[in-house]
Amino acid sequence: MPETTPPSPRPLLLQGNEAMVEGALYAGCRFFAGYPITPATEISEVMSLKLPALGGTFIQMEDEIASLGAIIGASLAGVKSMTATSGPGFSLMQENLGFAVMAEVPCVVVNVMRAGPSTGLPTHVSQGDVQQARWGTHGDHPIIALSVSTTWECFALTVKAFNLSETYRTPVIILSDEVVAHTREKIVLPRPGELQVLERPRPGAPPEWFIPYEDTPRGVPPLPAFGEGYRYHVTGLVHDVRGFPTERPDEIAPLLNRLFRKISQHFHDIQMVEEYLTDDAELLVIAYGSVARSARRAVADARAQGLKAGLLKLITLWPFPRRLVEPHLGRVRAVLVPELNRGQMSREVKRVNQGMTKVETLNRIDGKLITPGEILARLQALSGK
Amino acid sequence: MADVTKLIHKYLRHEKKFPHVWCPGCGNGIVLGALIRAIDRTGFSKDDIVLVSGIGCSGRMSVYVDFNTLHTTHGRALTFATGVKLANPRLQVIVVMGDGDATAIGGNHFIHAARRNLNLTAVIINNSTYGMTGGQYSPTTPYGARSATSMYGNVEHAFSIAELAVTAGAAWVGRGAVYHATLLDQLMEAAILKRGFAVVEVISHCHTLYGRKNLLGGAAEMMRAQKEAAVRVEKAATMTPEELASKFTIGILADRDLPIYTQEYRKIREAARTALAGED
Repeated sequence: MPETTPPSPRPLLLQGNEAMVEGALYAGCRFFAGYPITPATEISEVMSLKLPALGGTFIQMEDEIASLGAIIGASLAGVKSMTATSGPGFSLMQENLGFAVMAEVPCVVVNVMRAGPSTGLPTHVSQGDVQQARWGTHGDHPIIALSVSTTWECFALTVKAFNLSETYRTPVIILSDEVVAHTREKIVLPRPGELQVLERPRPGAPPEWFIPYEDTPRGVPPLPAFGEGYRYHVTGLVHDVRGFPTERPDEIAPLLNRLFRKISQHFHDIQMVEEYLTDDAELLVIAYGSVARSARRAVADARAQGLKAGLLKLITLWPFPRRLVEPHLGRVRAVLVPELNRGQMSREVKRVNQGMTKVETLNRIDGKLITPGEILARLQALSGK
Repeated sequence: MADVTKLIHKYLRHEKKFPHVWCPGCGNGIVLGALIRAIDRTGFSKDDIVLVSGIGCSGRMSVYVDFNTLHTTHGRALTFATGVKLANPRLQVIVVMGDGDATAIGGNHFIHAARRNLNLTAVIINNSTYGMTGGQYSPTTPYGARSATSMYGNVEHAFSIAELAVTAGAAWVGRGAVYHATLLDQLMEAAILKRGFAVVEVISHCHTLYGRKNLLGGAAEMMRAQKEAAVRVEKAATMTPEELASKFTIGILADRDLPIYTQEYRKIREAARTALAGED
């Protein structure tokens, strides 16, 4: 059997959820643990079909807490790992998500967002978990969260999520939503080698010289797998460079600061946006996920009516891509942030905006997607035409 | 240095974080000693052992030993261990938990790990209380006992951990006590060598908190009480329920050959390869 997904030159008609599985397998994911939940279940189902044929392992755990625990364990044993869930399960995962941040364990967590709070509307679309992705686990911590809006992105950004996770030894969250997850689109899967696939840094020093959490210029210490002879300690406690619990202020601050620095000094690699007709735009729509699809259509329609509209699609939600958003804010007449929540991302835009331009919101929390027409109407109102 | 001490020191991280956090007289050191002696006898290389622990006094054990060590979140040790074992079945994974860790917050993971039957060793140190947080009542605190959160007496009824493991389907279940150090060594070794999910419940004591609140004396008195309350499984079979009322059994409670998860999963891989080979 080939070690990676067989090349598939013919176009396929895939759901977002299915494309995510393909992306994960392409990236080298060989362990998946999950618990059934709408609207993420197809990811588990397809993983259970495909992973064993590649020599990988799928396991259905007793809950989402266990699912994330298992993928952390598998990752520490050297295998790229992933889980997928939706809002209620994502809430349960917050505890172990913090562990993965603190112990610097690469893993990918997919959250196919549905409307909440609580059991909410399991089969309806939402973007209500944007701030939970940022701050859901306790304690001050960095996090990476990517947003997908097409079937292709479900594939390609899952590959990217693994690359970021492995490169920076951090959990990476992929925020999908019910519309993206269940929309079927044409996709041609790339052949092995067409997209970059990165591996975690491995120790170059022999075990007797190895200091597991020593700072490096990149801020990312190498990660040996259990069983390779390094016999180091992994803990969720604040630890010293050797991995052992510490309460010394001169050891605590350097660890926590390094966790932030290893992300912040690689913003250029982590932060991604996609621009559409932004060059001369006077009215800018900032959107992400399924809403970005409506926004793209609305911007095209607005252009047809002579409005200078543009779309800035956020791909990286966290860390918020300030340096990619800020230049636009200083240039446009107004910004519209449509999203399927009460304004979880528009508050970030306003925070960065600092009065440079007018920032308006367009929110739906009724389980329905914002339509192109709704966005277009707001663009028309903003233009004064 | 006595040979037995030398042997234990061979497996400790000397230059690392000592002294340890355990109170003088704690049973955790006896459990650690038994575990190390058992590992030494089984002949596994240090590199092949992964010691996974949860949260609490027992959770700190992973810091002190020179294996691959993983100190997880509270109650979740078995879930991390499941991932480690599935990702690399060659590794010998041993999980150390406390009674609250394994059967309160981690109770669901515990019964499902038993049912699933991975080749894991689970050591549960049962001292009837949450020691690290100050002696609150746990799922194994006896009815009526006083604790930091049951100063008027505990109205809940205790789990019998070993029996719970038997019922949940564990392949091998043993119970020992820190007083019975020789038996404990034997149980640990048998549990590690057992192919399948093996549980060793170790009756221990927390004289600092549980003992003091219930006027049970110091470590020596509480270990003596273990001696008096322990009955060999074989002898218990001949005793009446009334005679066993204030006793606990020690020895091997279950030993059965069950299909091991990783072996079963190999069949799944073969089936998937056959099924998907026809597609492309």
